[in-house]
Amino acid sequence: MVVELGHFALVLALVVAAVQMVLPAWGARRRDGRLMSVAEPAAMAQLLLLILAFAALTHAYVVSDFSVQNVAANSHSTKPLIYKISGVWGNHEGSMLLWVLILALFGAAVAAFGNNLPATLKANVLAVQASIALAFLLFLVTTSDPFMRLDPAPADGNGLNPILQDPALAFHPPFLYTGYVGFSIAFSFAIAALIEGRIDAAWARWVRPWTLAAWMFLTIGIAMGSWWAYYELGWGGWWFWDPVENASFMPWLAGTALLHSALVMEKREGLKVWTVLLAILTFSLSLMGTFIVRSGVLTSVHAFAVDPARGVFILGILMLFTGGGLAMFALRAKELRQGGMFAPISREGSLVLNNVLLVTAAATVFVGTLYPLALEGLTGDKISVGAPYFNMTFVPLMVPLLLALPLGPILPWKRGDLFAAMQRLWFAALLAVLAAIAAFALSGAKASLAPFGIAIGVWVLAGAIGEWLLRIKFFEAGREEIVRRARNLPRSAYGTLLAHFGVGLMVLGIVATTAYREEHVLVMKPGDKVEAAGYVVSFKEATSGRGPNYREELASFTVTRDGAPVTELVPSKRIYDMPPQPTTEAGIHNSWRGDLYIVIGDQQLEGGGYAVRVYFNPLVRFIWIGALIMFLGGAASLSDRRLRIGAPVRRAKKGAVPA
Amino acid sequence: MSMTEWRWRKTLFALVGAAGLGLAGAGPSRAVQPDEILADPALEARARGISAELRCLVCQNQSIDDSNAPLARDLRLLVRERLKANDTDQQVRDYIVERYGDFVLLKPPMNAETLLLWLTPILVLMGAVWLVRRSALGRVPDAKVETVDAPLSAQERARLEKLLKSDEA
Repeated sequence: MVVELGHFALVLALVVAAVQMVLPAWGARRRDGRLMSVAEPAAMAQLLLLILAFAALTHAYVVSDFSVQNVAANSHSTKPLIYKISGVWGNHEGSMLLWVLILALFGAAVAAFGNNLPATLKANVLAVQASIALAFLLFLVTTSDPFMRLDPAPADGNGLNPILQDPALAFHPPFLYTGYVGFSIAFSFAIAALIEGRIDAAWARWVRPWTLAAWMFLTIGIAMGSWWAYYELGWGGWWFWDPVENASFMPWLAGTALLHSALVMEKREGLKVWTVLLAILTFSLSLMGTFIVRSGVLTSVHAFAVDPARGVFILGILMLFTGGGLAMFALRAKELRQGGMFAPISREGSLVLNNVLLVTAAATVFVGTLYPLALEGLTGDKISVGAPYFNMTFVPLMVPLLLALPLGPILPWKRGDLFAAMQRLWFAALLAVLAAIAAFALSGAKASLAPFGIAIGVWVLAGAIGEWLLRIKFFEAGREEIVRRARNLPRSAYGTLLAHFGVGLMVLGIVATTAYREEHVLVMKPGDKVEAAGYVVSFKEATSGRGPNYREELASFTVTRDGAPVTELVPSKRIYDMPPQPTTEAGIHNSWRGDLYIVIGDQQLEGGGYAVRVYFNPLVRFIWIGALIMFLGGAASLSDRRLRIGAPVRRAKKGAVPA
Repeated sequence: MSMTEWRWRKTLFALVGAAGLGLAGAGPSRAVQPDEILADPALEARARGISAELRCLVCQNQSIDDSNAPLARDLRLLVRERLKANDTDQQVRDYIVERYGDFVLLKPPMNAETLLLWLTPILVLMGAVWLVRRSALGRVPDAKVETVDAPLSAQERARLEKLLKSDEA
């Protein structure tokens, strides 16, 4: 009954989306307030209906209703409750339902908080938003119905893949999707602006908070996936340039560019046309990511060709919105008037450089991810594009970006002096050089480029702090003045500081763990010792045990440093009951220096020892702490009064006085 | 890799894919086994470097250095054998490519088929720079920027003062 209710709500949401797409847009064209006013209640109704549908599916999972095909295929009665719930989006149909739910959430948020938007703009934005919802609801209902019944119902389900039964991964998709789907707002605003043929600084002020929110969630979502991979997959890797990772990374790169170009548009009315294009591209890349992950095209081009219903449908959606958006852009962009001139060396110039490099990076990831598929589809020839390609193309693009990063915020708008900016950051440069020398002295000839990477990380870190010190006049003013300035500095400035600081930390973590990682692969018997990064790791004993839905083999290790006990680590190997699959659980000890990471492998045929891997990953946590700080920077910026929704009107009035 | 394992890897792949982001076929990895490691650390380091750039042919996007598939192990041993036989890194790679084709290289060689793959980053970069120069920067001739610095005329100054005063009031 609940299931049928959910199904009904889903279909009803589709109808509501159709209404929300047509009437408000028509109303905006005819300037008919009554038709336009349909948008808001429709957006709300759509959200409520999808919440209902989602709740119904969740209910089926929680009570283990195996008469629902989706539940039977992906859940099991003995699974812990949290993974029954996360199982809802751990499969194709459920995750698409989550996708449209979040889409509706963003649409409803615009309806609820967009009171100060011009009526026609709001109507058009909600209509475009509804058109996306309509496409995906059609996709769900026709090809991916999550409420399909099974008759007879099986006694128990197939279970969720054990590797996915993990807290970080359980909540990784909702974050990721909030990011992906959040960019739809930027897209809808861009299309609405093109429909209206009008765009101004207020537009950027409306779009930026939404883009920022989406970007924050995408950042955390990607970081969670990487963190999960690090501790769950058992060899301490944290990024693999896998197509599924790239699918989320492309919109992140484009979205980061969009955030920065919207800044130019908001503050200086520059880069209007470019910002609109970027908004379209960013969401197109989100759709591309959905296509890559959802169509099955990755598993094999042939599998895609054999069972193409889903893949072709999403490809259709992708082409409709990307093609439609770009066609619209080509037709209408010339009506948008450009403003805000600037010299190459200026704040704007630095943000343009940021955009050029980030967009090129996104294009590089794009071509690297899709090239093998396209080539195989066209010629039948198979090639592999993996980490070595991406490292070789991506890193050279990031180096100039990171070198320029601290200088950007120091440069004045319109026209600046690069030499003067560098002079103001001399201490950051000095710290970077010192760090490089120190890294070089410590590592010797071991890793030739690593000291350079460390220097870049320190340069970004020190630059972020340095910019703050300069803005509060730390070196010139008196104490009271400094405190007053620090307090009056807008939150968005603190947002920039934090986000850039996070980038610096991440760079340090990446360089350190890549270049200075220590690895010992050996056979150990109880009583054996191995030394790693100053720790002495001794194998105590091997035991076996039983968890709620798995059996495991455990190995306990005592870790000491300079004779003093540090910790005991118990890495294990698990075999889950249903489905019967193996996983490894690493034993990890973390300190500020880095992580000691132990994994056990198979018991050896001769001698009874175990294959043991002991890693030391220096500063590896900086990667995720950096991402978290970037997220917090976004939050700080979002809480800035000037960015709050409602601010545009007040600001526009104030704008009458030349600033 | 057994057929069942292969099948579960495919399922896993779809499932992790369902999670939005994940690692293809990245099961619990055991990869390089203790018995494979060469006694000479320099040679072993070279073997690791080469292995990281060779694809495990039966996996999704895993290098033989990361994969626990039997075929990956065979290739790892082969790489080490060739190194012990005094091959250079390039000779080892050529040896493997001869047997398994370009598909085994995670960094594809540049040829007619992959030209666009390798040129895209450069082309996009140049295109973006060109676009920016044409649209945003191109419209600012240097002379015009200079005039920004020109002193205000007496009339402008009077107007500015008036505006500033009205603001304070």
